[in-house]
Amino acid sequence: MEFGLFHRRLWLFGQHRFGRLLILSFMLLSYQSSFSQESPYIVTYDHYLEEPGNLEVEYFSTFGTQRGGNDFHAFWAEFEYGATAWWTTEFYLDGQTTFSDSTVFTGFRVENRLRLLEREHFVNPVLYVEYEQTRGGDKILKEVEGHDVESDFAQPNWELQKEHDHELELKLLLSTTSKGWNVAFNPIFTKNLSPSEPWEFAYALGASHPLALRALPNRCSLCWENFIAGVEIYGGLGDAQHLGLPNTSHYLAPAFAWNLPSDWTFRLSSGFGLNDNSHRLLLRWGVSREFSGFGELVTHLFGGRP
Amino acid sequence: MKILPALIITGSICLAFAQPRDVTPSKRQRTDDNPMQRAPGSARARRNPFEGKAVEAAAGGKLFQQHCAECHGPKAGGTTRAPGLFRGEVREAPPGALFWVLTNGVVRHGMPVWSKLPEQQRWQIVTFLEALNRSAEASVEH
Repeated sequence: MEFGLFHRRLWLFGQHRFGRLLILSFMLLSYQSSFSQESPYIVTYDHYLEEPGNLEVEYFSTFGTQRGGNDFHAFWAEFEYGATAWWTTEFYLDGQTTFSDSTVFTGFRVENRLRLLEREHFVNPVLYVEYEQTRGGDKILKEVEGHDVESDFAQPNWELQKEHDHELELKLLLSTTSKGWNVAFNPIFTKNLSPSEPWEFAYALGASHPLALRALPNRCSLCWENFIAGVEIYGGLGDAQHLGLPNTSHYLAPAFAWNLPSDWTFRLSSGFGLNDNSHRLLLRWGVSREFSGFGELVTHLFGGRP
Repeated sequence: MKILPALIITGSICLAFAQPRDVTPSKRQRTDDNPMQRAPGSARARRNPFEGKAVEAAAGGKLFQQHCAECHGPKAGGTTRAPGLFRGEVREAPPGALFWVLTNGVVRHGMPVWSKLPEQQRWQIVTFLEALNRSAEASVEH
């Protein structure tokens, strides 16, 4: 087929909404990717946002042990887009499989992260605002809040799924980086939008360090600079009516990230429960890929000027 | 209550894509002052620990391709997203000022902060930029 004619047909196809979506999906698969330097944290957030115009697609799994019930495998997909250098927006889809029970879709989340200060300071604050609409069967444990304890997850899925939650979650992401070390602390405030539910509180704290501070001149997958090791500690702090540590659960999780030059990032984290209310083990892993210039691509495809 | 999530999702997506895209280099030059000049004196005075080291410049080149080339272009000549780095203000900037801009970004104009790269890697990128500008000057002289 003549090259110009092919482009003309492609353009005509692109005039249909469905056609645009198909072209977009195809271009996304073949589009330029971008090397990312991701932290190993799975629960804690540092103050680094997505680069403007880039889309990061992530998949995470959590395997959790369950006393008094069946072990589970919860999973979620994240689509993280850098709207500007000070604003990142993200969309999540969650689900879980409880062994010897069933697989269920458990909800979605929309979050926005806003950088509050223009320049770097010793401590850098970022405001995190999330809306989530989840069911009682949600077991991704992306954060452990209020009086969340292991026994909450012991019931079968059909019973858990009866519960519908609409929640607003606010976090202040405080993070500092010095001499290769990153330390991040996130106080978490959650409100179930049902009027009778109180505000719940939680925390997440993380520290990480790359295994090498200088880069080698050659492109390499297994060189130390591509690995970042860290540790997270997170848990609930009760609610507005019963603030404190009683009936809360807490985890300590060594974490590891491998940033490959082929633009993929792998994360592994093994969370150990720190008290009797906690799951004994939360084994998490994730894989992500960043696509550069996604915003320009979408704007261009839908008729905007890049 | 059911309308709230729809509003939040569509609002977030519309706002995110409605953000003004980066301006062309010429427009940027008119509207943005030189970010290198914003670096405080103490930052400008910092010396590059890798100055003139070819191995560090090569490592910086690799890092530049991984993190910077998508906006500044693979040969640092600029794209529609960010200006080229052969401009006078980059060539004349002390290494400390380049390091400061790399660390702090130019957030208001779309350049993210790069303090997530270890300090040594940021100096490697500065070493690469200095070598790049030196070779560009040498080619002009010949």
